Amino acid sequence: MSASVLDKVAEPEFSPHLTQFIKDWKDKPGSLIMILHQLQQQFGYLPRAAILKLSREINLPLAKIYGVVTFYHYFKLTKPGRNNIQVCMGTACYLKGGEDLLQELENMLGIGVNQVTEDGEFSIESVRCVGCCGLAPVAVCGTVFGKLVPEKLPEILGKLKAGGEQP
Amino acid sequence: MALNQFCLVCGGTGCESRHSDAVYKNLKSAAEELGVGNQVQVVKTGCFGFCEKGPIVKILPDESFYVGVKPEDAHQIMAEHLVKGLPVEHLLHKTHGHHSGWGEYASQLYQKQVRIVLRNCGIIDPEDVQEYISRDGYAGLEKALFEMSPTEVIAEVKASGLRGRGGAGFPTGLKWENTRKTVSDQRYVICNADEGDPGAYMDRSTLEGDPHSVLEAMTIAGYAMGASQGFIYIRAEYPLAIHRLEVAMQQSREMGLLGKDILGSGFDFAIEIRLGAGAFVCGEETALMQSIEGNRGMPQPKPPYPSESGLWGKPTAINNVETLANIPVILLKGSAWFASIGTPTSKGTKVFALTGKINNSGLVEVPMGTTLREIVYDIGGGIRGGKAFKAVQSGGPSGGVLPAQFLDTPIDYESLTKVGSMMGSGGLIVLDEDDCIVDVVKFYLDFSVEESCGKCAPCRIGGRKLLNLLTKITKGKGTRADIETMRQIGFAMQRASLCMLGGTTPNPILSTLKYFENEYLEHIDHQHCPAGKCKDLITYSVLASKCIGCTVCARKCPVNCISGERKSAHFIDPAKCIKCGACYEACKFEAILVS
Amino acid sequence: MTLQDLRGLREALKAALARRFSGDHTIEITLGMGTCGIAAGAKETLEAFVNELKTSAVHNVVIKPTGCMGFCHSEPTALVKMEGMPDTIYGNVDAKTARRIVQNHILEKKLVDGHVFDRPSRDILKET
Repeated sequence: MSASVLDKVAEPEFSPHLTQFIKDWKDKPGSLIMILHQLQQQFGYLPRAAILKLSREINLPLAKIYGVVTFYHYFKLTKPGRNNIQVCMGTACYLKGGEDLLQELENMLGIGVNQVTEDGEFSIESVRCVGCCGLAPVAVCGTVFGKLVPEKLPEILGKLKAGGEQP
Repeated sequence: MALNQFCLVCGGTGCESRHSDAVYKNLKSAAEELGVGNQVQVVKTGCFGFCEKGPIVKILPDESFYVGVKPEDAHQIMAEHLVKGLPVEHLLHKTHGHHSGWGEYASQLYQKQVRIVLRNCGIIDPEDVQEYISRDGYAGLEKALFEMSPTEVIAEVKASGLRGRGGAGFPTGLKWENTRKTVSDQRYVICNADEGDPGAYMDRSTLEGDPHSVLEAMTIAGYAMGASQGFIYIRAEYPLAIHRLEVAMQQSREMGLLGKDILGSGFDFAIEIRLGAGAFVCGEETALMQSIEGNRGMPQPKPPYPSESGLWGKPTAINNVETLANIPVILLKGSAWFASIGTPTSKGTKVFALTGKINNSGLVEVPMGTTLREIVYDIGGGIRGGKAFKAVQSGGPSGGVLPAQFLDTPIDYESLTKVGSMMGSGGLIVLDEDDCIVDVVKFYLDFSVEESCGKCAPCRIGGRKLLNLLTKITKGKGTRADIETMRQIGFAMQRASLCMLGGTTPNPILSTLKYFENEYLEHIDHQHCPAGKCKDLITYSVLASKCIGCTVCARKCPVNCISGERKSAHFIDPAKCIKCGACYEACKFEAILVS
Repeated sequence: MTLQDLRGLREALKAALARRFSGDHTIEITLGMGTCGIAAGAKETLEAFVNELKTSAVHNVVIKPTGCMGFCHSEPTALVKMEGMPDTIYGNVDAKTARRIVQNHILEKKLVDGHVFDRPSRDILKET
């Protein structure tokens, strides 16, 4: 892909906080991952155009940045749903039915893991151990829902959809 | 008259099964009968973690501890101890003398736990440095900076016998010494807080509950090795721990406990937080350093070891959170005190995240040499729902699965390795009869394959191959030859992989082939999953003799594959059934058959 | 801060801590607020404590957050320290139990049955 194609994408605005962070960090050795975290925090994911802009600002080849982004699970290249539901697949949750939760969610929403519903409302993510093994199985979306059973999911989805209010 | 004595009766599952409930009721009625009902309160408590000697009754405020109390003893305890103040000698817990490898330290304890790493967790406010200081915080640093030379600090850590708690168990003092010995203008201290092992959260809890202990330890390490810069490499998935570390660092800087000229000693030390981004392999030290340098987290060949050429080519010591949290106490209380706890080769304590099919899941810290049985049954309160113990998994995806025959193994680095598992970072996952070993192993393999960085062939190809074979077996299509193939691939990976991630990926398979080969063979020879977990090998059907036609299962079924008239036996359409188990859970008449 | 400052501060803090539970009748509630505790509802518990203390006009209580006490199976957890009562760890402290702790433990000096836990170990820093 030629750079000219990418150049046509409207350049995204970086927040003052992000701009300052990049300024503070760009000359420190090994700062790329820290900057990418901030970038993802502003956009909720890493939009291609934002990475391109970053590449120019910190003077690093796009290939280098993409190499790093695609290596780490935490960085997302696609926009997650308004409610990104993370189902824990740590060992304790797996043993206590994490997979059933995931399957039920997929059935209910009609999407697979790392996919977004058509209305942009929900996405599902399978994550490794969120560290609440005492509450297994758990799912996270804003707050942590512990000791979950598939029967509770409709209620939770309903409340998440209803608004910012977490049940 | 006000209440002045309390009678705590254990209501844990172990004690309940031995009639602690009757003890509780009898104590209450005895108190009324003896006219002390308004002075003595009898309450039921959570598990005391001493289930082998239950039922337990503890009296407060004098802390008397009664064990093996029977319902008929209740009256005597109330009449003698609580009314007259005379202990009932024959029921009091006797201190048992020397315990295998605990050292004299723990001999009079009924509590199996000794908290060194977690000494402040659950006691202090982690965001208030004054609370840490009031509990002898930064006293270890004081001692190091003003009473000891750097080499004396290293000698003290060496003498304590402390070994790395991240899993491999390399002696910490030696690591520091090697780093110090390498000539360089700069050295680095790294705290490895990239706790990626699924089912383990010891380091997160330590950082959330006592961040200053890690900062103090890193500063001591910096002084000992001649390093002026430290990094904490922490998972981005731990926002609360990161926040508390940031608060703690700010406070320490303001108080002159971190930064330039610490406490007027002339020693400078700075710490910076670097976030991980969700890559399990970055727990491996060379990959971790790649990640701090802003690269893909690929492991590098060793040697050179980080102590010779580490971060940006400078000598670097990488210690795990739990290892570091021990350091201030070792300096404060001395290496001899620390070395008195534990076994000959493994000193001190180990924190475990005890989870799975256990009654009291939780974070526990026990002296090295404690047995798995003590952890599972005494502290953990046994298996949930009265099910049978099957195995305990230690060491996460790099570890192994140990069956009941090893419950009495005293835990230390060597003993666990000897029986085919490993200490690992500290996840202990208890499996019961409902868990299929092949399925659990597949879970770990799935994890390791996904986390393989792909740099070396044994890990990248071998892991995938192993996972394919396991999947084949869980679908009932495996052959006996597959087992041999898995063994061969496993051995090859152990020998030829570049880093420990690849080298330990086959461990769950190899250890279970040793102890649970029959379960694999059941899947292969009879297409049968004994635990009923592997969905391709089970079918759900209705036992017509037991079904009363209540229609509950039909209403629960998410795919509407159950049919039948009301009050007559129902039928499950095997072609449509997705084997979700909802009908099995819903049926009150045991009429759903899993086979 | 110099070495002398740090030592002086530590002694002063220790003395203040000793006074707290003998001289000035302060009651301390320590609430487990690690990730597990918060996930299990520690924030609602905190709110319930604050409201109940306000309605009961109890003013000498300090509530402080702490990390994980290790009782993941019974989160949220709270430790109550006050004169005339044994230091008590409570588990499964939801909003309702928090209100009972204020009413029973703090005001009536009675333990809340069914929620008491033993401390997991002795305190190594208090041993010589």
